[in-house]
Formats: sequence, C-alpha cells, structure tokens
Amino acid sequence: MFFSVSIAAAGLLLLSVPVVAHHGAAALDTGKEITLKGRVTEWIWSNPHCFLKFDAKDDTGTVRNWAVETQNPTTMTLRGWSRTSFKFGDEVTVTVEPVKNGEPVGRILHVILPNGQKLIAAAATTPASTPPAPEPAR
Amino acid sequence: MRLRFIAFIIASVVVAVLSPALPRAQMKPWNNAGLTGPPAASSAPAPRRDLSGVWDAGQGGIQPTGYNVAALFTPLGAKMAGANKPGNGPRIADVSEDNDPLSTLGDPAGFPRVVLYELRPFQIAQTPNQVLMLYMFEKRWRVIWTDGRALPSDPDPRWYGYSVGRWEDDYTLVVQSVGMDDRTWLDNAGNPHSTSLRVEERYHRVNQNTMELTATIDDPVMYTKPWTPINKLPIRLMPNDTDLMEMITSASDALAYRREIASQAKRK
Repeated sequence: MFFSVSIAAAGLLLLSVPVVAHHGAAALDTGKEITLKGRVTEWIWSNPHCFLKFDAKDDTGTVRNWAVETQNPTTMTLRGWSRTSFKFGDEVTVTVEPVKNGEPVGRILHVILPNGQKLIAAAATTPASTPPAPEPAR
Repeated sequence: MRLRFIAFIIASVVVAVLSPALPRAQMKPWNNAGLTGPPAASSAPAPRRDLSGVWDAGQGGIQPTGYNVAALFTPLGAKMAGANKPGNGPRIADVSEDNDPLSTLGDPAGFPRVVLYELRPFQIAQTPNQVLMLYMFEKRWRVIWTDGRALPSDPDPRWYGYSVGRWEDDYTLVVQSVGMDDRTWLDNAGNPHSTSLRVEERYHRVNQNTMELTATIDDPVMYTKPWTPINKLPIRLMPNDTDLMEMITSASDALAYRREIASQAKRK
C-alpha cells in the first residue's frame, strides 16, 4: 500500500543541538514519532521556518494534508536541504513529531526522498534548559 | 591556407586549456549559510584597530532558549515579562499564543536581540569615522560612530538604537548603545527591556582569524543589576569573498506560518 501511516517508537531521545528556535515545542507531542508516506503538495522555503505540505492517508483511509515545519533556510542549507529539495507530487516518507491535538501538523525529523536520499531536519525534542543570567564580566 | 587552419586549431586548443581560469573566476560561491562547527583558532597576529571582514560565531551565536533572568526582574520587569508570550525559555507559551513580535509579526529583531539571539554571520566595514555592522539576519546594519561624539541624552527610540565606539587598545573596540525601541524583546525567552536600556559590547580581536565578543545588559528599569548574556564568545573570520544569505522574517512569511502551522497547533 503506497499510503500508510505507522506509529514509530515513542520516547526516542537523540542528543543534538537545540532544534527549538523561533517557535517552541510546547504544542508538540514531544518524544512521539509518526512516519507517513505521502505526496508533496507544497514546499515553502521561508523564514522563520520552512515547511512542507503533503497528502497522506491515516489508518482510516482518510487523506489529510499535513503541514510540518523545519528550521530556517540558512540552518537547513547547512544540513543539506535546499529550495529545490521537493517538487509537487514527489512521493516521500516523512517522520514527524506531531502536535498534541491530533491535527496534521508537526515538526519534521527526517524525510526520505524518491531517490532514497535521507534528509535529516532535527533530532526528537529534548528538554531545553535555559541558561541563568550570567554575572557581568569585568 | 592550411597553415592558417592549423594555427587556428592550435590557438583553439591553447584557449581551451587556459580557459578554466575564467570559469573558476566566475564560479564564486553564493549564499553562504555560515559555519557548521565551532570557530577555528589561528595564531597569526591581528591587525591594529581593524575588525573589517565577514565574521561568524557558528552555533555559539544563536541562543535559542534565551536567558533565565527572572531573579533579576524589578517588579515592572516581572510585569512586562508576563505580557510577553515567548515560544521558548522558562515562560514558554503555546505556539497558538506566541506573541513574539519577530516571528509572529515580522517586526525587526532590533538591537540587542540581533546580537543576543541571532548573531548569524555578519560583516564589519570601517570608515574613518564609523564601524558598520552588516548583519545577515534581517539584512540590516548598525552604524557605530567612532568620531568621538557623545551618545544622545534623550533620543527618539530606534529599533537598532544609537551606538558609539572607541578603541580601548589596538585590538579592543568598546561599543556603547542607548535609545533602543522597547517594543523589541531582548531574546527568545521574551525578556523585556525599557528605553533606559544601555548595552556595552566589547569586540576583542585575539588574532588574525578570531575575535571575542562580550555584551553586558544594563537596564535598571527592568533588572536589579547588570548581566552579561555573552561572555568572550569566539567569532571566526570568514573568507573575504563570502556571500551571505538573506535571512529575513518577513510579515508575509510570518503570516503563512501562523496560517499553516500555529493556528492548527493550538492545544485542546
């Protein structure tokens, strides 16, 4: 079956640079991963975050249009992504960290392109610590 | 005739052999996004009173979570911080409530947020009476006057304030800034500032390839004492033909993000 949805392992924690930048992870079901196969409808290369839209069927057979974000173009460029990474109709396998409310929205962890290339966007969210106020350096 | 033809062939071969120099010259890279790793050190001596060049702090220039300075808030600082709904930091809000003026409205990051949070690659150019900071983030610039003028005493606020600089020694430029628009946040954690904010930046050139930045925040209206979010941050000199990307959080891009992502991510 071309379209399929599978719930992948939960709680996968990878060490990485922080993935949270302009927008936080408060709405995300952190630690949960969903892998979806679908067709690209739009790839938006913009600040503050790029996002990919694609159609995928859920377990009931209903097609939903997902909107999943990455980081900004400069960060994604450093990770090997580009404005032309996707085109309309591309068949892709997208692993996302979804939002908690069940809407087809989330953050991309990685994507497998039609040619088999894997593009990594981010590690699963880890609790981010905020540094305390440093003392004046004199 | 035959000799001319042979000469033409020989000339064509010579041109073909030598021509790669031309394409190489025309194949300069564009859209450099900056360093992927930490800045590298160099032991070559630094030039005197010269910071010109393209610089990159790598990941060290980006502080995504902001700073936890709640212990330093004045009562007004705590109140103002409470009105800010950041997408990060200790007071992180739901993405649907996020009111970060930079990422949700496309407002300018302003100074000092462009340095405290988004110190992406930037270029420094110097004239006889100015140091110009040209930031990849937002493609904006600051003018730091080095002609000995005083800071304005009661300035009209600006998104990027008013800055003067002086050479403390041959390798250290000290910049003082005032008059920053209080609509901007200090960082990603939604920490506020008033128009009384004063910022000191110290750019110390360690050697040819490296300088260190230390920045101190002094805003007695919002904070009970000064604090130093950046302390000797290493910044690396990039090749002088580096072409920086644009990184502009436009209002239309922010609107698309709200429509496609934020509005659907609301907690139920």
